[in-house]
Amino acid sequence: MAEVTGRQARPPGLADLRQTPEPLLSELSVADRPGLDLPRPDVPAAPLPPAALLRDSLPLPRLSEPEVVRHFTRLSQRNYAIDTVFYPLGSCTMKYNPKLNDELARLPGFAGLHPYQPEETVQGALALLAALEAALAELTGYGAVSLQPAAGAHGELTGLLIIRAHHRARGEAHRRRVLVPDSAHGTNPASAAMVGYETVTLRSDERGNVDLRALEAALGPDVAGLMITAPSTLGLFDEHMLAITEAVHAAGGLVYGDGANMNALLGVAKPAQLGIDVLHMNLHKTFSTPHGGGGPGAGALAVTAALEPYLPVPVVRRAGDRYALDYQRPQSIGPVRAFGGHFGVLVRAYAYIRRLGADGLRAVSEAAVLNANYLRVLLQEWYDVAYERPCMHEVVLSGRRQKARGVRTLDIAKRLIDYGFHPPTIYFPLVVDEALMIEPTETETKATLDAFVAAMAAIAREASDQPELLRAAPHATPVRRLDEATAARQPVLRWATPGRGHGETGA
Amino acid sequence: MPFIPLTPAERQQMLERIGVTSTDALFEVIPAGLRYPPLDLPAGESELETGRALRGLAARNRPATELACFLGGGVYHHFIPAAVGALASRGEFLTAYTPYQPEVSQGTLQAVFEFQSLVCDLFAMDVANASMYDGATALAEAVLMAQRITRRSRVVLSGGVHPDYRAVTATYLDEAERAEFVVGAVEVRDGALREADVAALVDERAACVVVQQPSFFGTLADWTALRAACDRTGALLVMVVNPLTLGLLKPPGAWGADIAVGEGQPLGVPMSFGGPYVGLMATRQQYVRQLPGRIAGIAHDVEGRRGFVLTLRPREQDIRREKATSNICTNEALVALQVTIYLSLMGPDGLRQAAESCYQLAHYAAAQIAALPGYTVLTPEPFFHEFVVRGPRPPEEINARLLEAGILGGLPLRRLVPALADCALYCCTEMNTRAEIDALVARLRAL
Repeated sequence: MAEVTGRQARPPGLADLRQTPEPLLSELSVADRPGLDLPRPDVPAAPLPPAALLRDSLPLPRLSEPEVVRHFTRLSQRNYAIDTVFYPLGSCTMKYNPKLNDELARLPGFAGLHPYQPEETVQGALALLAALEAALAELTGYGAVSLQPAAGAHGELTGLLIIRAHHRARGEAHRRRVLVPDSAHGTNPASAAMVGYETVTLRSDERGNVDLRALEAALGPDVAGLMITAPSTLGLFDEHMLAITEAVHAAGGLVYGDGANMNALLGVAKPAQLGIDVLHMNLHKTFSTPHGGGGPGAGALAVTAALEPYLPVPVVRRAGDRYALDYQRPQSIGPVRAFGGHFGVLVRAYAYIRRLGADGLRAVSEAAVLNANYLRVLLQEWYDVAYERPCMHEVVLSGRRQKARGVRTLDIAKRLIDYGFHPPTIYFPLVVDEALMIEPTETETKATLDAFVAAMAAIAREASDQPELLRAAPHATPVRRLDEATAARQPVLRWATPGRGHGETGA
Repeated sequence: MPFIPLTPAERQQMLERIGVTSTDALFEVIPAGLRYPPLDLPAGESELETGRALRGLAARNRPATELACFLGGGVYHHFIPAAVGALASRGEFLTAYTPYQPEVSQGTLQAVFEFQSLVCDLFAMDVANASMYDGATALAEAVLMAQRITRRSRVVLSGGVHPDYRAVTATYLDEAERAEFVVGAVEVRDGALREADVAALVDERAACVVVQQPSFFGTLADWTALRAACDRTGALLVMVVNPLTLGLLKPPGAWGADIAVGEGQPLGVPMSFGGPYVGLMATRQQYVRQLPGRIAGIAHDVEGRRGFVLTLRPREQDIRREKATSNICTNEALVALQVTIYLSLMGPDGLRQAAESCYQLAHYAAAQIAALPGYTVLTPEPFFHEFVVRGPRPPEEINARLLEAGILGGLPLRRLVPALADCALYCCTEMNTRAEIDALVARLRAL
């Protein structure tokens, strides 16, 4: 790696882009610019609908194909991505996305299928879904899996709807509260609220576990269940996991598992055996499907056999060597998405599982946990580690030491960009002051980890000796620090359209 | 092991540095009896073997794209220009994640801003979000939004709303317990499908009224009177649209929609057996703080340069947790990018041409089928590119015969609309040729 010195830092590839801002499509548009042509249909022309049903104008930008290709290629060059840099976002599992998987998802035999085609024409697709469900069930210990949810939070919503259905079926609709640890991802309480639950926040203890006394005090006949992340967002496996799930069950509740951190547990532990009744997994995290800049993901949901009747419709059924979609599910919570799940994502996850196999998946978790602990012991010379315990697949640091020098975690993160790394997750989980959550994953080399540590050490020294370098970082990106406060006060959320103004939305 | 670069020597160095003799020591926190459970899964494969296995599964399917496809119902076989896939599969777009650090995510963020802008232009509305999962969940969240804004719970839906969209909305809204659904009737009268006028069903108890244009059955309606009913009662007007048809049709903003949603799949997204797709969602300026999902906005950096950031964040789950407008986090950014690229390539003329082709081919097909003895087209004018057909035999039987000739017939309505179990929904797009339609009609005639 090139030597990085002060303001001269040049992260690979991005420096020159500061001189060449990329205009918006609307700014590149020119009247009469020819776009794509389509053949005209060779049929007698029927009269169009009445004018009252038609639009007057269509103010879309006009660009030629070469301009479009150049525009989006140049935009892509302004991104950091797993394919270009180390990207240790905690709890996001930014592992390598195998290219075979993309190629397979694009096969016409998969990509060209309409979801409503007759079942006899999609037996290969249904077989893939059934095989993926079975593999995920085996990895996690559950009786049944739904591949319908579109993302982790969508899986949470689905799982909580199932828990609600379970209690209602037992005449216990009065269970209106869900317990959520204070370290939980924001989607957990948000999902609970969408399902109509009141959330009760449980504090964590000084070792990062759910505080058992707080749990006992909160449990009661009005509690539907507990949402727990295993390992937690602190990167720690709860030392009282079995006691926690037993306590919830004893009080008549169910346990929901947020499986975003499954990259630590493949072949290491089965969440079903830990007492978790419902678990979502993020296929775009643990199972290598690409993150896409914010999706598409997939939030596979696994449930115990007792909860299987509540799964969303349709369900994949096998009768001999024939597969079918079963819509006759009287206890189902209903569909959570039209047209089934994110099949294009599911193909990739299935290919990944086949590629790794049982031994390979366990090796994934072992290497992920090894890499994170390696970072933990090296970084603790320079940064406070939030908890005095071995971590699992991610480690949480606190920028406390640096804060005393007037430098915040935000500044450390921005300075890492100058060193050519994507920053870790910052300011989450909320229970750690100036949090920095680092998840290397198993697909990184030791050399990359060592380079990251060297950069973090250099930044720690700069925090003492030249804090202004951090506060002004990043220095050489296409844009530098952006004024997000003003952006929120005076939001401009779309471009200026001829005849419609700029769309300033004011308050 | 694939994709795990650590060498045995490196592993050893790292273990020594950590101060343990093996990785087992790092998993001691897992209860002993539950640690390292046996996995009844096959051993891993080489890339060659995995590729062979999955190609074998793909070969067991007959994709609609390789048949004469007359299947629609919310997902459509449309033309996808080659540049869409080429650009969207670039690793810098594909393998990036949520743009938490805008300085190194301007590619993603500018593309999101452009997507939002295009949705606003297409819909003629003030503000759009960065995407929802799909059209159905976008509708569900639009109805939740209307309930929040009006503080009412009743939901009025036209009978022309896609039945699966209504079902997803019912799941989200807890129709069983917490929200009252009033659904407009659909019946066959005088040889045509009649969708009841929902304006009559809207009163001061309604949070919103939901209509779909074109309807699930393909029809088009004038919503002027409905907008007036909403003005009178304070109910919000929620429209579900097919964005490709907006190349020709009056957009929801021009109808006075308060919230508009749609499925973006027709705009450059492969059908892919159900997903991933992308939910489009737009609303009036005054409701922007109730909009779920991510939103990108313009910001300026310390040197005055224009850039893009995620904004209005206090609506979102990571900031407001249980008080957020939605739990949505990961959405459909890459699919939204495909839509953005598609619309850039097509431009207004291309989109209009695509919409017109769908219209003309469907009208030709409907006229030919209506002229066949034993067949009735139940969808009345005006309709767009889908129409309901009742034939002399059950649609499943008709489709089996059509499939022998490489034709994918219309969607049998048994599951979605039991009262029309003897009917199928036919669709034509710019991908159908006159020859394909003539062959379909010839086959139908011969049955």
